[in-house]
Amino acid sequence: MTAEASARAPGAARVFLSLLMRDVVVVRREIVPFLARTAMQPLMFTIIFGYVMPKMRFMKAGYTAALLPGVLAVSLALGAVQSVALPMVADFGFTKEIEDRLLAPIPIWLVAFEKVVAGALQALIAALFVLPLARLIMGPIPGLSAEYLPLVVVVIVFGAVAFSMLGLFLGCIVAAPQIGLLFGVIVAPMIMFGCAYYPWRGLDAIPAMKVAVLINPLTYIAEGLRAVLVPDLPHMPLPVVLGALTAITLIFWRLGLRAFLKRAIG
Amino acid sequence: MTTAIETRGLRKVYPAPKPRKGNAGPPRGGHPGGPPPFGGGGPAMAPSGAGATAAGIVALDGLDLTVEEGEFFGLLGPNGAGKTTTIGVLTTRVLPTGGHAFIGGADVVAEAVAVRRRIGVVPQRPNPDRGLNVLENLVFHAAYFGFSSSTSRARAQTLLDRLGLGDRAAARVDELSGGQQQRLMIARALIHEPQVIFLDEPTVGLDPQARLALWEILRGLHAEGRTIVMTTHYMEEADQLCARVAIVDRGKLLACDAPAALKKQAPGGTLVELTLDGPAEPAREAAAAVAGVLTVEVAGDALRVYHPQGGEAVAKLIAAAQGAGRTVTNIRLAPPNLETLFLSLTGRRLG
Repeated sequence: MTAEASARAPGAARVFLSLLMRDVVVVRREIVPFLARTAMQPLMFTIIFGYVMPKMRFMKAGYTAALLPGVLAVSLALGAVQSVALPMVADFGFTKEIEDRLLAPIPIWLVAFEKVVAGALQALIAALFVLPLARLIMGPIPGLSAEYLPLVVVVIVFGAVAFSMLGLFLGCIVAAPQIGLLFGVIVAPMIMFGCAYYPWRGLDAIPAMKVAVLINPLTYIAEGLRAVLVPDLPHMPLPVVLGALTAITLIFWRLGLRAFLKRAIG
Repeated sequence: MTTAIETRGLRKVYPAPKPRKGNAGPPRGGHPGGPPPFGGGGPAMAPSGAGATAAGIVALDGLDLTVEEGEFFGLLGPNGAGKTTTIGVLTTRVLPTGGHAFIGGADVVAEAVAVRRRIGVVPQRPNPDRGLNVLENLVFHAAYFGFSSSTSRARAQTLLDRLGLGDRAAARVDELSGGQQQRLMIARALIHEPQVIFLDEPTVGLDPQARLALWEILRGLHAEGRTIVMTTHYMEEADQLCARVAIVDRGKLLACDAPAALKKQAPGGTLVELTLDGPAEPAREAAAAVAGVLTVEVAGDALRVYHPQGGEAVAKLIAAAQGAGRTVTNIRLAPPNLETLFLSLTGRRLG
């Protein structure tokens, strides 16, 4: 038994993939409630601001061009934060379910990183689900371009990972009884003040807000997606977006990992 | 025999909990220091057990333990004695504040991954993966340890059969009873063929029948040559199962030997414990004067008398208490056992 057990020393990559497979199995099983939770809000906004209001002529014709990238960014944010933070609050708070993964023969930071990767994948699923539906609801979008497709992929993946890391951080610092606050006080304001439903350059009219929203990670994802999806629309310069996303990702990973280690190891 | 587990001067001090300002939730930033993993019984819940100092809560205070390979080893102590923290450190889930601990020669801090490869853990409170069904809980856990799905599926089914869960393989975890979940935790701790198995109070919350069934399972595992470390605050459990028992209290090792040898150290005679309606001190002298009494201990309202026959002395002891102006509200007799030893070592009762 001893010899057999010590001979079986799986590499970290193999353990990591097994952890990821576990999440894939669970997500596949929960895909309908997951999409309902994640896609509902951006799709409702799409219907009201991308269909109803333009029909009523309250919105200019070109508004959907600014709205679509924002809706996509919100889907990424909700998909990632919900899929990482919600289970983590429960795991660390009362079910302790994550313990069996913390006993896996792999450094603990890789357990945290696996959660980030799984969360990013779920964010991508949410975005890919919302994108065609939003386009369908809004109708033809002026200036929508597939010219920068590789960059679209880069910004979307960046966004998914950054929000997934934010989810890791929030999931580790929020105690179970405060879970309601997480969405009411952190996620909802982030979405409303994240330049998702209005372009950043439009805030020239409100300079103070134009500066204030720069602390919001969602601003950069929404503006980044505008830059690559509807490049003719005034937007934040792409290098600025990419630089900010790099910084955000590094900061959230540091904060998230530190919070995770604190919760995982007594 | 080779050493399976060794600890040297193991210390763990949890940061003192921050005073709360009347809000219900824990302070922002999560739980500082955090409760020890694997469920309750931690210092935060049992401040009477661990020593609270200005620097923090001392859960382990220089613990030295050695467990040989293939041993069935018991950690016995009341709630808050440091048992769960000891298991936490040995299973790499709690960082020690000082000292060293090794599993099969691997350091639990510096070589945590190597340690995790060698151990299986049955937590105090079942924590199965609720996203997965019963069989998947085992197959995925095995996968984390590098077992292919085809190997582990067969093994998992065998384990489930053996633990009486054979027909629940496809069940959701929530459908299992508490005892069944506990057995699933045992199967999970075994699926990856660990060298050392840790069980943290595995029989707490089980009905007597389930407890006996679990004992049989543990005896079977031990017979296969596995090293088993079990914490408990049930004397008879340690007595029945363990080859050696360490008695710990307030993070310190008080005694460590075979149950039979420990019992010999217990004060002779039967324990007669009288609970009085007030402090027992005034009755001490009169009790000591009763014919045949070996030792008298006083702990608050409790008068503990050791007597070769026990029962015969009860009437005289009641009279002695009454002579001191006290009324006896309760009487308990206990034959010489680990419990009487524990009482005399710590002045406190288990459980």
